[in-house]
Amino acid sequence: MSFFDVAEAAVAAALDAGARYADARVMHRRYESMDARNGEVEDLNSDESAGIGVRALVGSSWGFYAVPDLSDSAARLAGARATAIAKASARVAGPAADLVPTTVSQATWVSECRVDPLAVPLSDKGDLLTHATKTMVEHGADQATALYQIWDTRKWFTSSEGHRIDQHVRECGAGIQATSIGEGETQVRSYPASRGQYGTQGWELVQGLDLLAHAPRLAEESRALLTAPLCPAGETTLILGPEQLFLQIHESVGHAIELDRILGWEAAFAGTSWLDLAQLGSLRYGSELMNVTIDPTLPGALGSFGFDDEGTPAQKRYAVKDGIWVGVLAGRDSAALAGLDYGGSVRADGWARLPMVRMTNVGLEPGPHTLEQIIAETEDGVFMENNRSWSIDDKRLNFQFGCEIAYEVKNGKRGRMLRNPTYTGIGPKFWQSMDMLSRDIEYWGTPNCGKGQPTQSGHTGHPSAPARFQNVRVGVRA
Amino acid sequence: MSIDKIAEQVLDLAVRELPGAEIEVSADAVHRALTRFANSRIHQNVTEDTVGVRLRAHLDGRTVSTTTTLTSPEGLTSLVTRTATAVRSAPRDPGWPGLTPPAPLALAGEADAATRDASPDDRAARVRDFVDAAGGLETAGYCQTGYWTGAFRNSAGQALSAAATTADMDGIARDAGADGVARRSGISLSELDGAALGTRAAAKARGQADPIELPPGRYEVVLEPEAVSDLLTNFSYFGFNAKAYQERRCFAEPGTQQFDEAITLYDDPREPYDAEGTPRTRLALVEKGVTAALAQDRRTAATGGGTSTGHAGAFGPAFGPTPQNLGFAPGSATVAEMVSRVARGLLITDLWYTRVLDPRTLALTGLTRNGVWLIEDGEVTRPVRNMRFTQLYPQALGPGAVLAVGAEAVPQPSRMFLGAWASPALHLASWNITGGAGG
Repeated sequence: MSFFDVAEAAVAAALDAGARYADARVMHRRYESMDARNGEVEDLNSDESAGIGVRALVGSSWGFYAVPDLSDSAARLAGARATAIAKASARVAGPAADLVPTTVSQATWVSECRVDPLAVPLSDKGDLLTHATKTMVEHGADQATALYQIWDTRKWFTSSEGHRIDQHVRECGAGIQATSIGEGETQVRSYPASRGQYGTQGWELVQGLDLLAHAPRLAEESRALLTAPLCPAGETTLILGPEQLFLQIHESVGHAIELDRILGWEAAFAGTSWLDLAQLGSLRYGSELMNVTIDPTLPGALGSFGFDDEGTPAQKRYAVKDGIWVGVLAGRDSAALAGLDYGGSVRADGWARLPMVRMTNVGLEPGPHTLEQIIAETEDGVFMENNRSWSIDDKRLNFQFGCEIAYEVKNGKRGRMLRNPTYTGIGPKFWQSMDMLSRDIEYWGTPNCGKGQPTQSGHTGHPSAPARFQNVRVGVRA
Repeated sequence: MSIDKIAEQVLDLAVRELPGAEIEVSADAVHRALTRFANSRIHQNVTEDTVGVRLRAHLDGRTVSTTTTLTSPEGLTSLVTRTATAVRSAPRDPGWPGLTPPAPLALAGEADAATRDASPDDRAARVRDFVDAAGGLETAGYCQTGYWTGAFRNSAGQALSAAATTADMDGIARDAGADGVARRSGISLSELDGAALGTRAAAKARGQADPIELPPGRYEVVLEPEAVSDLLTNFSYFGFNAKAYQERRCFAEPGTQQFDEAITLYDDPREPYDAEGTPRTRLALVEKGVTAALAQDRRTAATGGGTSTGHAGAFGPAFGPTPQNLGFAPGSATVAEMVSRVARGLLITDLWYTRVLDPRTLALTGLTRNGVWLIEDGEVTRPVRNMRFTQLYPQALGPGAVLAVGAEAVPQPSRMFLGAWASPALHLASWNITGGAGG
């Protein structure tokens, strides 16, 4: 019995039990991770997970059931249970639910992977992390950490509409971090990002990072930060490096344009959105330099796939065009409710979790400048790099970010190092103040975007580049 | 096959495949059902029945941890084979602390049969009650039931089995863009009163018409139990982690009066043993303001010369030991009494999206949520718009800073399965508001 057969048995059972629509995902995932600290491996995990998750729609109500048993009988039971759960949902029912039409595909999609990360010897991967951390300690770090993570996921999706899609997605990434500890505070430097850099790629991504080459610099910068002057407080011109800007995009654009949030489906936990669908197509989100795309077709980016977990083919669309809000991240049911004609952004973090609206690759298109130009044209400002903390309100309006490091910018030149930089603002005001944007776009990936109940970790990608913002409040502290 | 049988079978297979290795196996079955509602309807309704097996092997100075959800004979054999291959090529692990020796459970897990068997209709009924009690206000939230059974075996002879249930409800009511919240966690579904929670959430929402903006500054505050659970969450992750302490990334200093005398903080576990098979018991972390203990696993205990307190596993050994069921010992004041003693301050229902700026000082930033009110001359006078704060959490509870502790430690849901917080309201002398949160 193939995994397609298992999924189809579950769908058939859901329909037999009374569902008017059902879909099923059989999923098999291998995951491997390693953590090292100060020259030694702290943790090595190798996980394997497989199971089936079934969605059933009865009237206007959904049910979902998941089980790690891939036998025919278990699949049929799962389908029937999903329908029974949907019927219970009808005790507190809502308006009629529909699904926007999508291409019914029978297809296979495989992500590009030049070096299978699971085939790289553990000893080689361990050597990389232990050497990097040892080097950072030798260069002055009190604590030096390194990690990698690898996901190898196969999915078989079928639906009562006739979808039959299998995908093989390989993702991985790594990062290193140096911490220096002073009197009553810690200073941290990370490369390439504070929780690592990830993509839908093979081990070639990690090889390309050249972690060892950056280890001495991180240690030295974290040590130097302990005695650097504090980032001044007040309003100033702010230049953000691409790693910090990707998280700014993620938090203040990506989550805000999730249609389930806009519709109130996440109101009690993740929150809603300041965006009002009545303003879609007319609201000024940012300056004319701001062009944000939703694009799961980007080669190698962490939010890339062939089809989302509702079987909708990957497709690029704009979220913000010339500063105007024009698109959302949607699923088939949320789009239908909102009167839109597209889904395509629904995923689950495993077979046991309900697919929901998630970011794919949400990021900026290139601007006309370079980082050198941005600094050269800044008379008085602060340049911040690498995220250290992030916090944003439940409507995705008010944010406060802390960065690992900052530099004074005076008369077009990068000056002295500053410690404990923070900045705060309101999303649309901030984005409307963006007056310079680099053309040097990089894809950043984060594998730990939390959303949903039970909580799911989403893998998202974010094209980003250095950019400049005006009149930003910096230097907020306890 | 039962969870116990699975654990025993994997241990047998691993001992045979890896002669001389130290072997540890845990098997966990989780039935987790969560009925989620928004816009006053059930919109997501999920149940998962999962079985997970974790095998950890230490051989010739190398350690590897593997897991699987495949519990067929072939799946378990594959797990052992994969582990054997990995451990032979794994990097060296000089910090291996050895296996947990045989020791009986100190706590019995609490499992309620009705909660174990709760149906989607049972959860939907709680949701119906919440929605109806909100009196026409829009509502959102969830009702969850969960049942865990676990078995632990190791090659040193430790053998444990346990079960536990959880029931949680968390909901908001919404009135013209203002949200009110109510939450409750328990061992059994019967502890959840959807109508009472809906009534509280609706009352909170309705009390927020025409909110005012307040300037940044330090305010005397009364934090309601929902807000206090955020303090407990952050103390859980960052406050008493022995690994962070050993690495000097933690504020805690055992034996030092770091908190007000009114503060006693403890961990009261629902899971009777940890990932290393160490039996858990109630642990006092702060006693009358004095930091009394840290959460330990076997690695931190070996490094620091102590003993494990049974806190391995929540986020893995790289993060370090984490207590999941923290609570402040209750005091004697009601929220109304606390409010009556405030000349000018804030009544804060909930805190949101709190993130650490520096773990060593436990400086955090975050926002208020689900209702803030100005208190003047002992009376709640006006609703206030949400605000951002940037605050050192230990300082907020420092000597002389805690003016009262609530009489009831309200069980609050945690994001960790089987985690929960015991949260009394707190009356604090100062909270650092750093800006408004509005657009």
